[in-house]
Amino acid sequence: MISIRGLTKRFDATTVLNAIDLDIADGERVVIIGPSGTGKSTLLRCLNFLDRPQSGQIRIGDLHVNAEKATKADILSLQRSTAFVFQNYALFANKTAKENIMEALVTVQKIPEAEAEQRALSVLAETGLSDKADSYPTSLSGGQQQRVGIGRAMALQSDLMLFDEPTSALDPEWVSEVLDLMRRVAERKQTMLIVTHEMQFAKEIADRVVFMDEGRIVESAPPDELFGAPKDERLKSFLRRINK
Amino acid sequence: MQGLDLYYMLELVPVILGYVPITIGIAAASMVLALALAVLLAVERVVKVPVLDWFVVFFISFFRGTPLLVQLFLFYYGLPQVLSFLTQINGVTAAILGLTLHFSAYMAESIRAAITGVDRSQWEAAHSVGMTQAQMMRRIILPQAARVASPTLVNYFIDMIKGTSLAFTLGVTEMMGAAQKEAASSFLYFEAFLVVAVIYWIMVEILSQGQKRLETSLNKAYAR
Repeated sequence: MISIRGLTKRFDATTVLNAIDLDIADGERVVIIGPSGTGKSTLLRCLNFLDRPQSGQIRIGDLHVNAEKATKADILSLQRSTAFVFQNYALFANKTAKENIMEALVTVQKIPEAEAEQRALSVLAETGLSDKADSYPTSLSGGQQQRVGIGRAMALQSDLMLFDEPTSALDPEWVSEVLDLMRRVAERKQTMLIVTHEMQFAKEIADRVVFMDEGRIVESAPPDELFGAPKDERLKSFLRRINK
Repeated sequence: MQGLDLYYMLELVPVILGYVPITIGIAAASMVLALALAVLLAVERVVKVPVLDWFVVFFISFFRGTPLLVQLFLFYYGLPQVLSFLTQINGVTAAILGLTLHFSAYMAESIRAAITGVDRSQWEAAHSVGMTQAQMMRRIILPQAARVASPTLVNYFIDMIKGTSLAFTLGVTEMMGAAQKEAASSFLYFEAFLVVAVIYWIMVEILSQGQKRLETSLNKAYAR
């Protein structure tokens, strides 16, 4: 069970997240949609303190972090119970595909190297990249890099996987292979919080869709309901704009 | 103009070569120590530990801002007068100490620049998988910074090898000291210093070849 209360983030005078409350059940897949610049990515980044929120409570399982008083140890625990998939992949440039997946297993989770390697190879097989195990990121396509990025996050077996617009930086030809992989991750009952502009994908994969606007959660409902019978005017106009 | 005494020069080559190990020894020891110190200084400059940061800024400023020769004299002739336990300091130790501190200040700056040049996404990715600051530095950031900094660092090593010649002013008989002694007894200054110059030159050329190989191996992750 993940619970977020009153999460607030300001950049200078601008309030990017305004007292966000959100609960996510174990195994639930929540997709966040909304106009650009409404704090969707910032919400994800505040959950593992890539951006530091000014206030609010984050609970992931037994871990409870108060943003105002978060210590280094709190932040590390949060980062260790979440996994993050970046828009720009952010693979370790000095490591091969296999090493990217193994890295945190060995250094953070202290899994013996041989076992970590086995796990990395099986994750690579799931991502369909077994033949790229020893390739460095620069020699992979965008789609392949993002699949390794997802694989790196999968291997962590974390309580919550965060996806920050994982297909936005991809050439259109690579989008579907990445979405396919995310569908497979979803089948494992992995708790997922996904920011995306792929509405069809959201409808299909989400247990619940959250619409954010101007730093707030405006509406939150199962996809049929949110897309089929939107209540808030802002959501209606957003859906009209993207369906044109 | 008199001709060069080629026979004397040929005789001198093995004599000077006999002092190559001491020159390389001083340079290698200083390089290892300077590199280790420089990494610590550079990481501190990036992370900025309160109070310690002032000290590091001061240290770098002083050792970049004063001549190496002055620093060597300060350690060898000056310090023992103030700190009595240093009266035993020998020339080699003082040379290594001076070269280490002097070059660590320069190296720290280029390593710092290389660290800050590593893409922000690499730091975020390391945090996102739960690495500590130290793990991130050691496993992700420093290896990538090393690739950027290595040409400059090898240049400093070349400077350092040449800088060991100053150790003769501390009474150390290394290549330069040996050449100086030979020249003083034969009066063939030009020949003696030409031999030593050529030997330094060859050493540096060999090192430059090594630099190319080092760069190739550091670049292998980035070659398409």
